[in-house]
Amino acid sequence: MKHCLIVDDSAVIRKVARRILEEMAFSIKEAENGEAALSICQSEMPDVVLLDWNMPVMDGYEFLTRLRRMPGGDKPKILFCTTENDIGHITRALQAGADEYIMKPFDKDIVAAKLQEVGLA
Amino acid sequence: MNESEFEFLRGFLKARSGLALPPEKRYLVESRLAPVCRNFQIADLAELIRSIRISRSLALESAVVDAMTTNETFFFRDKGPFDLFRDVLLPRYLTARTTTRQLRIWCAAASTGQEPYSLAMLLEDAVERTAGWKIDIVATDISTDVLNKAKAGLYNQFEVQRGLPIQLLLKHFTQVGDQWQISQKIRSRVSFQGLNLIKDFTALGIFDIIYCRNVLIYFDAATKSNVLARIANSLAADGSLILGAAETVLGLSDAFTPDPAHRGLYSKVFQAVETRPLSLQRATSR
Repeated sequence: MKHCLIVDDSAVIRKVARRILEEMAFSIKEAENGEAALSICQSEMPDVVLLDWNMPVMDGYEFLTRLRRMPGGDKPKILFCTTENDIGHITRALQAGADEYIMKPFDKDIVAAKLQEVGLA
Repeated sequence: MNESEFEFLRGFLKARSGLALPPEKRYLVESRLAPVCRNFQIADLAELIRSIRISRSLALESAVVDAMTTNETFFFRDKGPFDLFRDVLLPRYLTARTTTRQLRIWCAAASTGQEPYSLAMLLEDAVERTAGWKIDIVATDISTDVLNKAKAGLYNQFEVQRGLPIQLLLKHFTQVGDQWQISQKIRSRVSFQGLNLIKDFTALGIFDIIYCRNVLIYFDAATKSNVLARIANSLAADGSLILGAAETVLGLSDAFTPDPAHRGLYSKVFQAVETRPLSLQRATSR
């Protein structure tokens, strides 16, 4: 079973993402900000992270930069999740080490397609 | 809509587009034709049927066919047919056509353009290997509306996320307001034109590769056989046909043989005998 870490400060978004990913047979862990997510990654590195960009305490950009410097931190596929679709925003996330992006609100088909794109479905 | 109106609609769709509307799909009629009624200021489905019968308005007929046609598509849909193009078909024909340095590809149900543009993006990646080649992608569809959208190459956020890897989005698209437009370079690789598959398409010429995915499933067996026979005659002797995952030639055409190594890929084995569209055969036999 593949492990997915959902990082988002919205409990509703986490719940929706959890429901979609559990249907795809992923095991799920949740974090409400980048700092909590890093602590989870230190104990167990997930296969994929659904990463919100704008969060309190530690945002997605800082989490991703720190994650990629951790031992084994290059392994998780990062799908960054955003409501902003401007090209500068997407480019910045890719430069920070994201593999794909997903626009919110989540659509099941798109989540499945993006997971397939990064080799996890 | 009563039984006779439904039967009229079925007959109309079959004659106009080849679309077979089975009784169990009757539920689709209301949801798909209600917007047509609104656009043409028609009160209800019964009046819509009466209008088709009496007025013979081409605009209305086209709108009804468009509404009942499924235009579901997305970039690199099903992935396999595009891996096949990049890894098998393109290398095969770049070797087989070294003398003419010409390659012709037909997307027979191009809808809003994602399939031909996906192939065009793959060709762009192979630009060094294809330098000096003339490679045509002809993309056809029965619906004028979807072809207009395809030609514009403008897609919303949802559409560019379905199947399109982020790197290709950044490489080949520019942002236009809330939408994304595929580059002129990619658009110029594809020529779009209106085409009804149940009518004669010999004028398109001969192709090396034909993508005809997820359209035969909407035809009845006789129409499928006839379209496949005419497709065979539009393929080069060593040409390749790619069908959708739920489609087959088995029991419908002897002109093709499935490639056991690649699902959905069929090689032409010989020229089909029958070449006329079914509608012309009926007209002649009357």
